[in-house]
Amino acid sequence: MLWGVVQFPGSCDERDALHACGLNGEARLIWHEERDLGGVDAVVVPGGFSYGDYLRAGAIARFSPAMEAVAEFAAGGGAVLGICNGFQVLCEANLLPGALLLNDNLRFVCRQVDLIDAEGARLSIPAKHGEGRYWAPEEMLDAIEANGQVAFRYAPGQNPNGSARDIAGVSNEAGNVLGLMPHPEHAVDAMTGSTDGLRIFESVAAVAA
Amino acid sequence: MATKARVLIRPKEGILDPQGKAVERALPALGFEGVGHVRVGRMVELEAEDPERLSELCEKLLANPLIEDFEIESIDGA
Repeated sequence: MLWGVVQFPGSCDERDALHACGLNGEARLIWHEERDLGGVDAVVVPGGFSYGDYLRAGAIARFSPAMEAVAEFAAGGGAVLGICNGFQVLCEANLLPGALLLNDNLRFVCRQVDLIDAEGARLSIPAKHGEGRYWAPEEMLDAIEANGQVAFRYAPGQNPNGSARDIAGVSNEAGNVLGLMPHPEHAVDAMTGSTDGLRIFESVAAVAA
Repeated sequence: MATKARVLIRPKEGILDPQGKAVERALPALGFEGVGHVRVGRMVELEAEDPERLSELCEKLLANPLIEDFEIESIDGA
């Protein structure tokens, strides 16, 4: 299994993402100017501050050559995982529903949070972001809940940013594109407190297979 | 000749605007009472050779139509 990790100017979590992917196969970086993904089986759009996050988080990265290639890859059923800024980029690119807004308390959040996945399992994953408040119109929220597209919610009482319905991560309708604000790539080694992030990479690998 | 335009972008009604709330909360401490419904948006000034395409440009990049409304106004009246 070959993973590609997109790197924009301003990305900062691509090395941890490469490491996490490397635990489930081979992984290579894809520079933002590359229009060819080089035959990867899955793509990770990592965290950071792509292009400085000027204008809106993820708004400019969406137009990069690499993201054009990722959009085509996703349209063809390719497995795509967006983490934090990558989640914002995927929402801006309309590959995922909704948008990420400034945290309701205006504070940058950096803490370990518990997530509940669609099957009810609990995962301990670090979150670190200033613009992570998931928002979508009520009818869109109803639709993604009805379609089973809510992949992760913050555990009760742990919503760090005011996200609608405690949503921490969503998938697209087809289920091959997933985005979440917390960072599974920082939770793949017991040394840093949790290995629950591995399960998210494993599930993306299962979609890619 | 390029047309000068000003684009006003604001959060849609009904979406919590924490920046506006923070400004609103700070005002009484400075002696400004009776100010409410503060909303903080963005203003972009630009010069466009093809003003017909400004709306498309706003929808694709300057604003996110899901969460923001925008208005385009011509500055030089051209």
